[in-house]
Amino acid sequence: MPLTGIEIFKLLPKTNCGRCGEPTCLAFAMKLAAAKAELAACPDISDEVRAKLEEAAAPPIKLVTIGAGNRAFKIGGETVMFRHEKRFENPPGFALLIRDSMDESEISARLERFNQLEYKRVELTLRPELVAVKDESGDRARFEATVSKVKENTDASIILMSPSPDILAAGLKVCAERKPLLYAATRDNLEPVASLARQNSCPVVAKASTLDELARLTTQLTDSGVNDIILDSGARSLRQALEDQILIRSTALSKRFRPLGFPTIVFPGEMTDDPMKEAVIASIFVAKYSGIIVLSDFQGESLFPLLVERMNIYTDPQRPLAITEGIYPVGNPDENSPVLITTNFSLTYFIVSAEIETSKVPSHLLVKDTQGLSVLTAWAGGRFVADTIAPFVKKCGISEMVKHHKLIIPGYTAIESGSLEEELPGWQIMVGPREGAHIPAYLKTWQP
Amino acid sequence: MNLEIPKTAYNGRIKEIRLGKGDKAVTVGGETCYPFYLFEGKMPNLPRIAMEVWDTSPEDWPEAALEPFQGVTGDPVAWARKCVTDFGAEMICLQLVSTDPNGLDRGADEAAAVVKNVAEAITVPLIVWGTANHDKDTEVLRKVAEVNEGRNLILGPVEEGDYKKIGAAAIGYQHTVIASTPIDINLAKQLNILLGNLGVRDELLIIDPTVSSIGYGIEYCYSVMERVRTAALTQQDNKLQYPLICNVAKEVWKTKEAKPPADGALTLGDTRKRGILLEAMSAMVLLLGGGDVLIMRHPEAIRLVQEMITELAAPKNN
Ligand code: SF4
Repeated sequence: MPLTGIEIFKLLPKTNCGRCGEPTCLAFAMKLAAAKAELAACPDISDEVRAKLEEAAAPPIKLVTIGAGNRAFKIGGETVMFRHEKRFENPPGFALLIRDSMDESEISARLERFNQLEYKRVELTLRPELVAVKDESGDRARFEATVSKVKENTDASIILMSPSPDILAAGLKVCAERKPLLYAATRDNLEPVASLARQNSCPVVAKASTLDELARLTTQLTDSGVNDIILDSGARSLRQALEDQILIRSTALSKRFRPLGFPTIVFPGEMTDDPMKEAVIASIFVAKYSGIIVLSDFQGESLFPLLVERMNIYTDPQRPLAITEGIYPVGNPDENSPVLITTNFSLTYFIVSAEIETSKVPSHLLVKDTQGLSVLTAWAGGRFVADTIAPFVKKCGISEMVKHHKLIIPGYTAIESGSLEEELPGWQIMVGPREGAHIPAYLKTWQP
Repeated sequence: MNLEIPKTAYNGRIKEIRLGKGDKAVTVGGETCYPFYLFEGKMPNLPRIAMEVWDTSPEDWPEAALEPFQGVTGDPVAWARKCVTDFGAEMICLQLVSTDPNGLDRGADEAAAVVKNVAEAITVPLIVWGTANHDKDTEVLRKVAEVNEGRNLILGPVEEGDYKKIGAAAIGYQHTVIASTPIDINLAKQLNILLGNLGVRDELLIIDPTVSSIGYGIEYCYSVMERVRTAALTQQDNKLQYPLICNVAKEVWKTKEAKPPADGALTLGDTRKRGILLEAMSAMVLLLGGGDVLIMRHPEAIRLVQEMITELAAPKNN
C-alpha cells in the first residue's frame, strides 16, 4: 500500500537539515507521498528505511522490461481492472513460435514474416515484438543454432523455451545481450533456471499448475534474488485461463498480493489446433490482461486484427486519437478530383477515407486539426467553423493542386457554408452527406 | 502471505427477457456477474447470436460475406430460411436497408409486408432493424409493429428522437424495444427511463449501446458497455440492468480492412479469413464487454464465436 505523508515522515531522519531542497522533513515527506520528489534527494535515509519505502511505493504489478534494443518493450505496471477507470498502460507483446524441430525453410519463412508484418496506422507502426524458440529436439546444438538464426535474421526480443536448464543455457550463450525471457522456472528446475536468470539479468517465466503453487514459486524466485518475473498459471482450457488472468490481476491490485504482482504470458496455440480459433482466443487475452501472447504462427489475416485490437484497447480513454493536419490523397487524385474536408479525430478520418476509397473516386481529403474532436463536437466547440476552416484551406496549398475550387464540407456543418464562401473568395462550398456511409453515392455524382 | 482471492461486491442482476414467441423463443440476461466471471456469479442464459438478413440485395458486401448466401440474397424469406436450416440460426435480424431515404426509400407498407413474410417463414425470434432515420423509422416500424401484432418482434433502433411513437406502437402490438443511444452511458440510462415512463415493461427492453468494429472505435463501445455492466451489477442502477444487443456485422464488413486491400498488400494476409476474423474478434470484444445478443453475418465467424461462448462457460473438470 502506498504510505501517507505522515507515515513517510515517521521514517525520515527528522533533522530538517534542508539538503533535500525542502525546508523540513515533513515537507519532503508530503512531496514524496504526492510523487513530486525522489527519495534519493535525502542523503541521510538508512538502507532499511529506503527498502521499506521502495517496497511501499512499488507498483502493485511489477513493470518488467522484455528484451533489449530495437524491439524491447515493457509490460506490467497496470493499475486498474477496467480501462475506463484510468487506462491500460503497457500493451501485451506478440510472440511468434519457432520450434527447433522445424525444417530450415519453414524457420526462414517464419522469420521473414516476422520482419515483414508491420502496419502503419494513425501514424503508428504496428508490429510484433517477439520470437519464441522452443526446444523440441532435446538437442543443445540444434537449439543453439535455431536461436542464432533468429538472432541473426531479426531484431526480435527472444523467448527461450525448454524444460532443461542446460538447453536454456545453450540458447542464452548465443543471445545473452538480447536479455531473452527464460521459459520456464518450475518446481522441478527452479534453482538452476533462477541462477541463469541472475547471472544474465534476464527475466524469467514462473510456471505452475495452480495460482497457489505459482505464488510459492515466485516467492522462492524473489527470495533467491530474481525479480523480473512473468507468470504462466499453466491453465490451457479457455475458461480456466481467463479466470486465472482475471484473478492474478485482481489479487495483485485489490489485495496487493506481491507474489502474483507480475505480468502474465498465455499460449492460445496450446488451447486449440485451429489457427482461426487461436486468433479469436488471442483477442480475448488482449482485452483481458495478458502481458505476452505467444502465437503458433504469424499470418497477416490474424496478426493485423490483433495488432489493431491491441492499439484500440490500450488507447487512453481520456484522450481522443488525433492525426496530423494536412492534405491526404485517397486513391490517386489529380487536379480535377474532388476536395473534401473533415476533422483530425482519427476515427472520423478513417471512416471518411474508407468511404472515399469505397466510392473509387480519387479525392483530396483535407484534415483540419480540431484537437482530435469529431465533426459534430468540433463544430459545436467552435473548432470546425468558417473562421477556423478558411485560414486552413488557404494555407494548406490545396488551391494550387486543383483547378476547380469546390470544397465539400460535412453535412453536419451545412450552416457554415455561407460564411465559408465569404471567407474563401473564389471557392464554391458544397454540402456533403452527414454520414460517412453516404459518401460513395455522393461522390459518384461528382463533376469538376 | 497467503493467497486470498478477492470477490467483486455485486448487488445487482441483469433482467431476464424473452425474445420471440413459442418453442423457439430465446431468453437472454439474468447475469449476476461480469461477462464470463463464472467464478463469481452466474450467467443463466449464455449470449445468443442472431443472423443478419437484408431486405434487399446487398451491393457493397465483400465476396467473402456474400458467398455463403449465394442465390438467396435477393429474397429475404429464402435467405432467412437458409440461415435457420443450413446454419442453425437461433434468431434472425432483418435489416430494413431498403427503407433508407438516402437509398431505395421503400415505403412502410412494403417493408412491413416483407417483415411479415419473413416472420411467417421462420419460428425463431425476429429482430427488425431500421435505418436510424427518425421520421422514416417512425413510419416504418409503427407499420411493422401493427402488421405483426402479437409476434414479439424485437424492434429498433428506438432513439430519443422517435421513442414515443415507436415505443407506443411496440406497447400496443406487444413487441420488444431496442433502446438505442450513441455510445454514452448517461444517454442510455435516460432513454430507458423515458421508455419506462412511456409504459414499456422491463421485460420488453434491450439496450443497444451503438457498437463499431475493431479499428473503428470499438474501445469506446467496449468501455461504455463495461460501465453499463458495472453500474448495473455493482451500483444497483436498475435503469441499466437490461441485456445488451450489438449490431456488429454491418460495422465490420463495411470497413476497408474487411475487403481486398486497395494496394494489394500481401501483409494483410488472406482477405476472406481476415474478414471473418475481424467479425469474430469484434464480436468477442463486445461479448467481453457484456453483449447478450450479437447480430452477425458470416457463418464461420458465428461458429468461432459460438465455440468461444461454449468454452468460456464449459464445466470445469476439477
Ligand atoms: S534531506 Fe532528509 S533529513 Fe534533511 S530535511 Fe530533507 S528529508 Fe529531512
